[in-house]
Amino acid sequence: MAGIPVHEWTLLDAARAIREREVSSRELTRALLERIDRVNPRINAYITVLPEQAMRDAAACDEEIAAGGARGPLHGVPVALKAIFCTKGIRTTCGSRILHDFDPPYDATVTGKIREAGAVLLGKQNMDEFAMGSSTETSWFGPARNPWATDRIPGGSSGGGTDTGGSIRQPASLCGVVGMKPTYGRVSRYGMVAFASSLDQGGPIARTVPDAAAVLGVIAGHDRRDSTSVDVPVPDYLAATGRSVRGMRVGLPREYFADGLDDSVRTAVEKALEALVSLGAESVEISLPHTEYALATYYIIGPAEASSNLARYDGVRYGYRSEGAKGLIEMMSRTRGEGFGAEVKRRIMIGTYALSAGYYEAYYGKAQKVRTLLRRDFQEAFAGVDVILTPTAPTPAFRIGEKVDDPLTMYLSDIYTIPCNLAGIPGISVPCGMSPDGLPIGAQLLGKHFDEEAIFAAAAAIEREIPLPRVAPEEG
Amino acid sequence: MAITREEVLHVARLARLALSSDEADRMREQLGDILAYIRQLDRLDTSGVVPTSHAVETGTPYRDDSVHPFGEKEEILKNAPDREDDFFRVPRIIED
Amino acid sequence: MEFEAVIGLEVHAQLATESKIFCACSTGFGAPPNENTCPVCTGMPGVLPVLNRKAVEFAIRTAVATSCRVQTRSVFARKNYFYPDLPKAYQISQYELPLAVSGHIDIERNGTTRRVGITRIHLEEDAGKLVHAGAFAGAQTSLADLNRCSVPLMEIVSEPDIRTPEEGGAYLRRLRDILVYLEVCDGNMEEGSFRCDANVSVRPKGQKEFGTKAELKNMNSFRNVEKALEHEIRRQIEVIEDGGAVVQETRLWDADAGVTIPMRGKEEAHDYRYFPDPDLLPLHIDEAWVEELRKTIPELPGEKIARLASRYGVPRYDAELLSSSRLLADFFEASAAAFGGNPKVTANECIQWKEAIVAGRLSPETIAHVVEDRETGTISATASKTLVEAAIGTGKPVRQIRDEKGLTQISDAGALEAIVDKVIAGNPKEVESYRAGKTGLLSFFVGQIMKETRGKANPRMVQEVLKARLG
Repeated sequence: MAGIPVHEWTLLDAARAIREREVSSRELTRALLERIDRVNPRINAYITVLPEQAMRDAAACDEEIAAGGARGPLHGVPVALKAIFCTKGIRTTCGSRILHDFDPPYDATVTGKIREAGAVLLGKQNMDEFAMGSSTETSWFGPARNPWATDRIPGGSSGGGTDTGGSIRQPASLCGVVGMKPTYGRVSRYGMVAFASSLDQGGPIARTVPDAAAVLGVIAGHDRRDSTSVDVPVPDYLAATGRSVRGMRVGLPREYFADGLDDSVRTAVEKALEALVSLGAESVEISLPHTEYALATYYIIGPAEASSNLARYDGVRYGYRSEGAKGLIEMMSRTRGEGFGAEVKRRIMIGTYALSAGYYEAYYGKAQKVRTLLRRDFQEAFAGVDVILTPTAPTPAFRIGEKVDDPLTMYLSDIYTIPCNLAGIPGISVPCGMSPDGLPIGAQLLGKHFDEEAIFAAAAAIEREIPLPRVAPEEG
Repeated sequence: MAITREEVLHVARLARLALSSDEADRMREQLGDILAYIRQLDRLDTSGVVPTSHAVETGTPYRDDSVHPFGEKEEILKNAPDREDDFFRVPRIIED
Repeated sequence: MEFEAVIGLEVHAQLATESKIFCACSTGFGAPPNENTCPVCTGMPGVLPVLNRKAVEFAIRTAVATSCRVQTRSVFARKNYFYPDLPKAYQISQYELPLAVSGHIDIERNGTTRRVGITRIHLEEDAGKLVHAGAFAGAQTSLADLNRCSVPLMEIVSEPDIRTPEEGGAYLRRLRDILVYLEVCDGNMEEGSFRCDANVSVRPKGQKEFGTKAELKNMNSFRNVEKALEHEIRRQIEVIEDGGAVVQETRLWDADAGVTIPMRGKEEAHDYRYFPDPDLLPLHIDEAWVEELRKTIPELPGEKIARLASRYGVPRYDAELLSSSRLLADFFEASAAAFGGNPKVTANECIQWKEAIVAGRLSPETIAHVVEDRETGTISATASKTLVEAAIGTGKPVRQIRDEKGLTQISDAGALEAIVDKVIAGNPKEVESYRAGKTGLLSFFVGQIMKETRGKANPRMVQEVLKARLG
């Protein structure tokens, strides 16, 4: 890794270098803090940076290494958490004014696992408010910017990373890195502030596929504090990234490659397919017939659950409270009116409406049935293929401000990532090309429930065959 | 799909969201568009389809009936916007 | 026109688990404000519920004891509304698919049995307490104590089969007794572990359709439920007879004024927007689990009352009193067995000393021995009371106390004759009056003999001997 700046190292390289004492955690952490200092004002990826605490943690890690023990696979490696994960003693804002000064009384399970593995927390990352968005433009802390072109969105809602409708995969695609959403129930949701409970999952955004696999290995696992957490053993995801894809059947759903797909995206994803086929995989045309209804289904179920999950933000026990209200109802209404941004309010309204008396069957009830049909589509498809390949996002990154006032158009950016959340299956986005403007494009691989290994294998193969820069050129 | 201003205000009240007059107007328009888009689900025949009410269909797990006190009362109260001793304090409900 | 009332009762019973329904906080009563709380029951961002198995067991046992059908699959649902004592702004409850349905409770009154149907039983979590700061009406703020949040509740809804306030009271008391027998609930209305709301309507006798119903709340004792029902029925009849119509509304019982008043404030459109809680998976209860729990059901109040009455020959009223607590009933049976004589006597004794028995201050042997000694004349009735009180106070065996205190009566005829003769000899004037017809003087002689024996003479025997001697 000589000559490669420290901030461009992969996570696994950093972990090895620390273990083998080529570099100390303190050096690595300091270098990254300096970079954040330099770059973050332009990019706004971080809401909270923890310089003193990070250096203290790094020092502790170095002492442990010196004493002969490494706590885990991420020992001494600096990481960041999306501002949606509760971190005790550290501001957890969910990108919202309503939690702008919230100090959680406990750590999320994911937070605990990251710490147990020895990682050093650099800070909390920016996100669309309460994870609702596809551009990180709705954050109360200001939009984050795509490092490849700072006038463009980085995607949303992460940060790094929770995914309810694509919020890990889509930003990964737009920023040229790897993002992975595990099977629903693979990673504990305890302490991960809820947006849509039946869709939310936490997962890694990382530089490379093996990096993402290593992180998933750390955060996955059954948690008794999460009743929806599934008790399935955690396999060696890292090993899976080295698996051959010879004989793997790769499904191409025709509905995802219809007319109107951006040319540069189509070309890039076709290259990804070629890469797999050249290694002995087989391409199979499939159909996911109910795809066109996925967005509408998601935009009922997500907001319905969110309207209920966000009702607790009422100014009583924590968070923002509006001043000067006369009486309780006015206090709550003004708190929420002032504390939430426009997109969150919109979704709360849709969700409340969809659940309200007289509308439940037509909206929520109906959406749950369509969800069954979507899940069936995937079940039937996976009877004949091992993984499914699609674009991650319909276009490369659009300009900041371009879609923020047009919610429906914004929602359409999630069109390829949403079905995966509705079905609860795992999905990963891996860089596979660049647009003529120099903007990254990602390919998405979808797998069967709890078959993260297959999509890691395929994604890693694509990554090896199509090497692409993982760090944006520094702007002048 | 048209949604009236009254419906918007009714839903806003159910959701305890204070909306300015402009917001209410904008909301009416945007919600109308979104709801119209969503109604395309009506095109699908879902008779006989079992709704997915849970993402996982196994039975709910249990905990034993044993007490493990959280033991950090101050942590629970520390974020309170207003408090009196160890109570959360809120404005009284005012009758309309 | 004759009217009949149609009453349905909705009970919320706090389950006697150690920990809350969805978190491991204590359910203990009387803790300082916000002491028994954690991130889960205070609705912090990111928390999730995990179900207490014991709460489910308690509900299953209740369902079995009330002949309900336990559903193999039931679902937790969110009931959404805003209130400061509801931290998540939704209550986790059950809506379309409750834990159990279609049961009944039989109540026996005046020799007939009435069956009251139970529509459903479901589990839910309790809310906290909102206290209004300051004693004066002008107080601007309220204070929220979340200790009670997430304490497990079991909601039991009856069919509208109840026709009179007395029936309502009988149903509630029987239901409470069942829950206490099962040890699933304390059954204390005054303390709030057993709460009741009522739905009341009236209709002309013979009409099939129900009238408009009002919901009654704020009744904190069985007696108050009966009084509130009585009042409301009369009120509704009056409204109709005056040409008006009953309004569907919630009314609060004002125990001091003895009336129901409409709940203050605009009737909020209660749109709870129920939907299945995605954080909890479906509740699966199989036959095997139900059968396993069925075995743990003790003899229930209805059966016990009938059995005590028939087996021991005690009047039904007494059997009901004895069955008001399992402990008391078991005590009675043990004591009657130890005595071996007329169980009715034991029954009366147990009823008399109910409080001490239920408080665990007496043993069945104590009562058996006292009863036996009294029946054999070994001690007097007064002495028996003294002995039981002493047994409560000291815990010593009752015959030991009897001997220590020398409470054995003089029942020997020979000894008594000597004393009787002495008293007769010493009161010639009274003897003459008595023989002349003033038979009321017998008690004078009895009194003298009791004085002579310092109260130790067996009064019955004294009378016999006196009558014989006086002629």
